[in-house]
Amino acid sequence: MSQGFSKSSVGRKILMALSGFFLLLFLFQHFLINSLSVISADAFNEVSFFMGTNPLIQYLIQPILLFGIIFHLIMGITLELKNKSTRPIPYAMNKPSENASWMSRNMVITGIMVLLFLGLHFYDFWIPEIKTKFIEGNMSGLNESGELRFHEELLHKFTDPIRVGLYILSFVFLSLHLLHGFQSAFQSVGFNHRKYTPIIKKLGNLYAIFIPLGFILIALFHFHVKIRF
Amino acid sequence: MNMNLTLKVWRQKNAQDKGKMVEYKVTNISDHMSFLEMLDVLNEDLVNKNEEPVAFDHDCREGICGMCSLHINGEAHGPDRGVTTCQLHMRMFKDGQTIYIEPWRAKALPVIKDLIVDRSALERIQHAGGYISVNTSGNTQDANAILIRKSDADKAMDAASCIGCGACVATCKNSSAMLFVAAKVSQFSYLPQGQIERKERVMNMVEQMDKEGFGNCTNTGACEVECPKGISLEFIARMNREYFGAKIVSEK
Repeated sequence: MSQGFSKSSVGRKILMALSGFFLLLFLFQHFLINSLSVISADAFNEVSFFMGTNPLIQYLIQPILLFGIIFHLIMGITLELKNKSTRPIPYAMNKPSENASWMSRNMVITGIMVLLFLGLHFYDFWIPEIKTKFIEGNMSGLNESGELRFHEELLHKFTDPIRVGLYILSFVFLSLHLLHGFQSAFQSVGFNHRKYTPIIKKLGNLYAIFIPLGFILIALFHFHVKIRF
Repeated sequence: MNMNLTLKVWRQKNAQDKGKMVEYKVTNISDHMSFLEMLDVLNEDLVNKNEEPVAFDHDCREGICGMCSLHINGEAHGPDRGVTTCQLHMRMFKDGQTIYIEPWRAKALPVIKDLIVDRSALERIQHAGGYISVNTSGNTQDANAILIRKSDADKAMDAASCIGCGACVATCKNSSAMLFVAAKVSQFSYLPQGQIERKERVMNMVEQMDKEGFGNCTNTGACEVECPKGISLEFIARMNREYFGAKIVSEK
């Protein structure tokens, strides 16, 4: 019996990259929807209602997303534990910054920070959603005054300066994670090309900086609006 | 200009010994010397004092054999780029400097004595697939009789320039041997002679690499920077493609 794909070092890095690609796509659509909250409260409500109640998204895409997150997390930690065990005696003098970026060497740290944020995010949004929809059985998406409730709930979460601060900090860690992760995923699936790889690296840097920055600006916008009025 | 240096050298009697860093002073080191010549001076001193000389690997001393190793001041083959330790000049160091000299550190490359590590794990990976089948019954075909695209021949040569020194493993934070294995897989994959065992080669070599206890690649790129032969990360991507392509149709 030969070594299974998902047991091999190369197979695992390919799987890690594929789940990473999936999460990149997810993050991008999440960003697009969040942007709507700045442009139009009604549009944001409509899209949120669709995403929150469409059966395909709720019962097919959402479980895949959860699986993707858990897979990326468990595989990442499994690989890290294995990697940590490969050098029982450390170097007395080591200069890792001479040949590799901080981001590439600390994916576990930035990943765990993003995971902690996801905990808070689930507590803030996902768990209340599940409670309203599936425990209380209220699939209408309406608040007590009969309007769509999503934009109002979003604003409510961005009133607390500590939460906004944590939110910003988390997206800085996400940015650091993506600065390595985006281009690394392409390398892992074997996409390395003299002509295209420099473009992918630039694109990766743009994504890693501007998408998290976008999330931060949206949060600050709502926080600022809330203070002003 | 001649230099006086403080060396902190890893001393370990044998594979079982715990080992420790020991401090030595060397004086009158010419900046034209290679790093290994500086160690020769140290060993002359030690022999004259009836002490055990420091054991280190070396052979050709012209950067092609892959025998010399050494983690020098926190970097594989020292602070210079694209050179092995025998090609590292003492002019890279300053008078009065302290230099840490350690063996490659990886569970898969255990220390035999002092600065010498056992690199047979790399050999076993090579045995698992780093070869081609050639008819040797007397009518062996001349390799040059098969035309090869120039760009493919160049790439194969780039990959084949890996000397198997182990710097990639030593410098990788995960002790991953992927750059070495990728070079060995790639050099044959570009050539017509390498096609027969192409799929089995990559699967068997990756499996052996994992069995030897090397870590996983996280694409930090440190190996490419420290490699004395400039082996590119492109080859790791190529190995990943080769592996995926082989595994997906494999019946085993």
